[in-house]
Amino acid sequence: MFSDYSMSELTAIFAMQGFAGLILFSVFVLMALGLAIIFGQMGVINMAHGEFMILGAYVTYLLSNFFEAYLPALFSIYFFIAMALAFVVSGALGMFVEWAMIRHLYKRPLDTLLATWGLSLILQQVYRSVFGAREVGVTIPDWMIGSLPLTDMIEIPINGIFVMVLAVGISVAVYVMMYRSRWGQQVRAINNNRVMADAVGINTAWTDRMTFAIGCGVAGVAGSAFTMIGSTGPTAGQLYIVDTFLVVVFGGAGSLLGTIASAFSISQAQSILEFFLSGSMAKVLTLLTVVGILMLRPQGLFAMKLRK
Amino acid sequence: MINPFTHKYMNGREALGFAILAAIIFVLFPLVLEPFRLNLFGKYLTYAFVAVGLVLCWGVGGILSLGQGVFFGLGGYCMAMFLKLEASSPENTAIQSTPGIPDFMDWNQLTALPWWWEPFNSFAFTIFAVVAVPVVFAFVIGVAMFRRRVGGVYFAIITQAIAAILTILIIGQQGFTGGVNGITDLRTLHGWDIRTDEAKTTLYFVNGVLLFAVLFAAQFVRKSKLGRLLIAMRDQEDRVRFSGYDVANFKIFVFCLGAAFAAIGGAMFTLQVGFMSPSFVGIVPSIEMVIFAAVGGRLSILGAVYGTLLVNWAKTTFSESFPELWLLGLGALFIAVVMAFPNGLAGVWAEQVAPRLRKLWPGNAAAPENTPAE
Amino acid sequence: MSENEKPKNYAGMSRRAVLAGGAALSASLFTPKFLRAQDFPTAEINTTGLAVTDDTVTIGILHSVTGTMAISETGSVQAEKLAIEQINAQGGILGRKIEYIQEDGASDWPTFAEKAKKLLVNDKVASVMGCWTSASRKAVLPVFEQYNGFLYYPTFYEGLEESPNVIYTGQEATQQIIAGLDWVNQTKGAKSFYLLGSDYIWPRTSNKIARKHIENFMDGCKVVGEEYYPLGHTQFNSVINKIRLKKPDVIYAIVVGGSNVAFYKQLKAAGIDMTKESPILLTISVTEDEIRGIGGENIEGAYACMKYFQSLDNPNNEAFVSAFKEMWGDDMVIGDVTQAAYLGPWLWKAAVEKAGSFDVDKVRAASPEIELTSAPEGYVKVHENHHLWSKTRVGRAQADGQYEVVYETADLVEPDPFPEGYQ
Repeated sequence: MFSDYSMSELTAIFAMQGFAGLILFSVFVLMALGLAIIFGQMGVINMAHGEFMILGAYVTYLLSNFFEAYLPALFSIYFFIAMALAFVVSGALGMFVEWAMIRHLYKRPLDTLLATWGLSLILQQVYRSVFGAREVGVTIPDWMIGSLPLTDMIEIPINGIFVMVLAVGISVAVYVMMYRSRWGQQVRAINNNRVMADAVGINTAWTDRMTFAIGCGVAGVAGSAFTMIGSTGPTAGQLYIVDTFLVVVFGGAGSLLGTIASAFSISQAQSILEFFLSGSMAKVLTLLTVVGILMLRPQGLFAMKLRK
Repeated sequence: MINPFTHKYMNGREALGFAILAAIIFVLFPLVLEPFRLNLFGKYLTYAFVAVGLVLCWGVGGILSLGQGVFFGLGGYCMAMFLKLEASSPENTAIQSTPGIPDFMDWNQLTALPWWWEPFNSFAFTIFAVVAVPVVFAFVIGVAMFRRRVGGVYFAIITQAIAAILTILIIGQQGFTGGVNGITDLRTLHGWDIRTDEAKTTLYFVNGVLLFAVLFAAQFVRKSKLGRLLIAMRDQEDRVRFSGYDVANFKIFVFCLGAAFAAIGGAMFTLQVGFMSPSFVGIVPSIEMVIFAAVGGRLSILGAVYGTLLVNWAKTTFSESFPELWLLGLGALFIAVVMAFPNGLAGVWAEQVAPRLRKLWPGNAAAPENTPAE
Repeated sequence: MSENEKPKNYAGMSRRAVLAGGAALSASLFTPKFLRAQDFPTAEINTTGLAVTDDTVTIGILHSVTGTMAISETGSVQAEKLAIEQINAQGGILGRKIEYIQEDGASDWPTFAEKAKKLLVNDKVASVMGCWTSASRKAVLPVFEQYNGFLYYPTFYEGLEESPNVIYTGQEATQQIIAGLDWVNQTKGAKSFYLLGSDYIWPRTSNKIARKHIENFMDGCKVVGEEYYPLGHTQFNSVINKIRLKKPDVIYAIVVGGSNVAFYKQLKAAGIDMTKESPILLTISVTEDEIRGIGGENIEGAYACMKYFQSLDNPNNEAFVSAFKEMWGDDMVIGDVTQAAYLGPWLWKAAVEKAGSFDVDKVRAASPEIELTSAPEGYVKVHENHHLWSKTRVGRAQADGQYEVVYETADLVEPDPFPEGYQ
């Protein structure tokens, strides 16, 4: 398929395709980080993860309308405020959910799966009742749309860069929190041995709640960022669920590095396959490969020492 | 009370439970329900096959599969392929550019029947395939996963991914599978029109009989040594392993059994509803089927049937009167069952109703299912 | 901005709206204006036990109000309710007010079949306005044929179907596709086409017809790529790169649902400015409804080919748009399918009045050649094959989310659900 093209064209296409892979990678990282925190550190499967993301997207939508109507001067920067607010709102809902539901179920991980699925149904219906069944259009500030022409041929989407920067930023923030802060130490201590952690005076209940809230908050930020590249509707969260879980499981639970590595390999595989095959087949092949590898290596790419 | 089952596999109380359910399905429903509603309940009963399988896999064996829709769908598709071939006789499809092949193939420029459709001209092969195809598929998954000791949450997520893959495949290969529309417009089974009310009623009874066969099989497994080992594995897998049992084999067996049940349900679904579509293979129906079992009580075989009937009846009723509220109700049901009634209807019966009944009529053993709390 | 699912004046829209909307619509109908119920004894006009009383007739509305398809089907429900309201304000059908029973298909095809059966068997409705996706129509079709129901189906769809129990008020694929391709070839000089779609039957069949037309009927034109993505896919950067590599004159896009939003946003972000028309984007799947989710600024400059746009400039349409907004709110937009759904009750009314009976067989016999001069899209006529003769139009998307009509076929396009040479 390449014989008809000049060298410079090919270089440009491969550069852009490489970039497309990196964007997909960033999207996966953003999707998966929140889940990785919750699933990896707490062993809780949050099936409502997609709905927490969409909550962030709706917050962005409301704020975009608000700024358009009342503060048009500041419209160009509203997106940053929206992301912060998305974090707070999704985090607050997460905190409430942990208090009302999750904390009673820590000993029954499969049951959290069912309960959070129920939660996701409820949230979908709430979104539908509040915002209507149709998708809402989120207006993005002009400077965030469009592309940077790098050369004549190579154009880099600005929202892609934005998503990448965000993915790196949030990954670093999560890393610092998890591995360089006192709180992270506590979280990991609880993950290793809850009873001992309790005994040495860690407030396990509060730490759990904060962990869950931060995971949900990160999901909210991801959802807010995705208004740039995807749709915002009551059921849009469902689109992300399978990919997200696969990324986290493939990476190996409990490993931040694993999540990132797995997001990278899945996104590259998918992006390259999509270029050479038709879209549906690329998706099937990627998923099949991931499932196949998981069957050979169920603990994922980077597993912590697991003892069952 | 005469107990026909003086067997170690079923005590008197359980036999009474079976008898009551049989009375409800074979006598009560046909008497009180008009044909349209009876047909609906027939559809619900096909889901009960899956729920019973889930009780074995999940409640007893501790294996939560979020991909039971895959097996339900495969069984249903096998049956649908047979019925579609019968409906696509050259006379019926004379207007097509290639008469004699299913209409959706003709629309997709296929000019001959794919080779793997050919065997489905035979009813005997179809009956065999309805069970065999899903079971082989389950076997492959089971061997790959359980031999490597994949379990719990991981297993759930991987089965979910498999459901997603299969859905995309079926939709993408629409020339061979009918795509997102599924295989529709099924008419006759060996010349017998399955669309009439009489046929639906007959199928309802066939369905009921098969369900009872499955229930007896499930009861047998539960009460056998296998069932006790499964429970032991669920609670302390390593101890069972150290006692010299090959844990993986038991898991594979029960997973395949659950798949077979689901497949029979799928085939009956196709017969009763008259079509099969990829919307049963995906994640959402698979998880909904788990909730049927959970509502009934994940440890109770009969509870699974009641749970299925109750949830689906509620779904139909509520969505007729308050469509917008239905999802809220279903979501709340998921949460309530998990948080407040982890043993579902069977638990409520065993813990709340049965003791009171016993107080009222001492000596009467009217509890359909003895459900040990976890 | 909260999009209310209930009409603003639930008890009945303001009289003005009814009169404004209704008068324009009724003025040109060929049926007599005032039909009194007593002129039509129930026993004579309803010999098959349908839900018809001396002063009411009951019909069904069967769409998804929950699940993923609720996004699309909401508009159809609103349009059908508006039409019913207006017909009732004019005195109903054969002197009988229309009452409706609404059922939720829940975006689930077996549920559609179940509810269709309920409407026909339990409720004995005289006709049903409903369905949206092909899959839901295929699921209910055997039910309608078995119980002899009568369905008005509003969506543009892939064709290959002609049921005696369905009137297709949307366009079938050839009506929608061929005119648009010829237009882009003749006025824009487009020669090469990249076909793209969501992976299911409508985009695949439509692209098949498009490919046949491009390769067999358009001189020197070729298809340089054809590609399908799963429903709900949200990452299109790879295909956008492929499109860049192939440099087609036209991207022919039949992407649907949530994927739509992702596709157009990413296309714009990748620096493909559709207003520059290089390449031209031509779609048959984005109505004004979809643009709400995509955002007008993200799709500005794209062309859509269908039979109706909200911006159509004719008195029928003005009355329709203002009545619709009066009933459902000023922020409503109206897309092709919404308008087609609106035709359903009117076509049925015309057929019933022509037949002088609610019996399905008589309504069916009366249906061909039914005309509607009052349709918002202009004049339509029912073909013997149960589809509508209609004009096809090309619109150019504006930043405000509306289409500017740039082309309209001179004559009505004949519906041809089983097109020779395109199979």
